[in-house]
Amino acid sequence: MKNRSLVSINDFSKEEYLKILDLASEFEKQPVQNILEGNVVATLFFEPSTRTRLSFESAVNRLGGRVIGFTDASSSSTSKGESLKDTIKTVANYSDLIVMRHPIEGSAKWASEVSSVPIINAGDGANQHPTQCLLDLYTIRQTQGRLDNLHIAFVGDLKYGRTVHSNVIALTQFDNITFHLVSPDELKLPSAVKMHIKKKNLNYYQYTDLKEVIPHLDVLYMTRIQRERFSDPIEYERVKNSYVLNNDMLDGSKDNLKILHPLPRVNEINEDVDSNPKAYYFEQALNGVFVRQAILASILGKK
Amino acid sequence: MEEPLRKELIVSAIENGTVIDHIPSTAVMRVMKILELEKSKNQVLFGMNLESRKFGKKGIIKVRDTFFEPIEINKIALVAPSASLTVIRDFKVVEKKMVEIPDFVAGFIKCFNPKCVTNHENVPTKFNVIDKIEIRLFCHYCEKITKKEHIQFI
Ligand SMILES: [Zn+2]
Repeated sequence: MKNRSLVSINDFSKEEYLKILDLASEFEKQPVQNILEGNVVATLFFEPSTRTRLSFESAVNRLGGRVIGFTDASSSSTSKGESLKDTIKTVANYSDLIVMRHPIEGSAKWASEVSSVPIINAGDGANQHPTQCLLDLYTIRQTQGRLDNLHIAFVGDLKYGRTVHSNVIALTQFDNITFHLVSPDELKLPSAVKMHIKKKNLNYYQYTDLKEVIPHLDVLYMTRIQRERFSDPIEYERVKNSYVLNNDMLDGSKDNLKILHPLPRVNEINEDVDSNPKAYYFEQALNGVFVRQAILASILGKK
Repeated sequence: MEEPLRKELIVSAIENGTVIDHIPSTAVMRVMKILELEKSKNQVLFGMNLESRKFGKKGIIKVRDTFFEPIEINKIALVAPSASLTVIRDFKVVEKKMVEIPDFVAGFIKCFNPKCVTNHENVPTKFNVIDKIEIRLFCHYCEKITKKEHIQFI
């Protein structure tokens, strides 16, 4: 991956993902390593995402690198009408690698074509967020010991959820994954994403009820449902509580079940779940740092 | 062969160059634009609403002393899939073929996604043609699919 940009999860092969995951587990064992000393990483957040930014900055800091950047576009020259191309070309002069988040879809791909240094996409609108996808794969492998022969449920807004689409597509590269897709009728997984599952001859099942699926699962991946996604607000009020997980619902679940969530959560996981050992979303967030360390180190050619 | 000859005479014959025939009449101007013929220094002749046994009304374009690369001419297949191409040298037909839908199109079709970077910054569009029958274009930037019914030209 040396000197390559990481823009879309679709740009990489299964072997390349696995290499990153192996490297991430090295950083999990030894998170502080001074391998980026003398390197400058720019974090350009054209829209705010505190969590993702802190995770990247923590990763750089633990590797001994320095961070420059901005945290929202109103404080940058973009607000004075500078083109994205000019901003990227300028910042590329000051840094060895650019991490960027931008509300416009395809902006990271464009940036990677005009930049003289590699770009890591930290989210381009509803399109891609590949480091989130890799940290989810890492967490699934860490908790289950494998990335094949698993029953995985995705719950919530499967229609618009970028994270869900990327994860489903990435997981179709592994053998014998069974997808359990739980959502309101209005927010089902798009057929273009289901095509990826069918192409690999994997099985998927669709549900509108969360409770019935839980006993079959190895991984339960929860996501938010936003009111704005519903054409009818009454429909939202009617269904919203059917996709809230509470501790009682986990009775009868498998011992190895782990519950994941990309965070921040609103109310889709009741706080009484947090103390259940099957809750794993905070550990998942910590894994984000190791995975980002692995990505930074391999793109900068230090591992 | 006599029939087409007489028809060519409607928009005078050329000694050397390319004849693009069987263009839908409504697409003639669009084809001119895609091939940038409005900037051409060579003689360009065109006709619209000509009689055609196969198509009812058709359009035709003749460009003197100009020969197109397949990658260039195949761009027009998205607006004129029925177009035929005749290469003429010394008043003789040396090549005749149909246009083909290309694998890749760049620069002249708009991405239908309003949030795509190509609609916000000065970025030329690029698409992979992932379905040549239904015409479905996969945006190189935002990864969304523009369908035939949503195609707009830049
Ligand atoms: Zn696009």
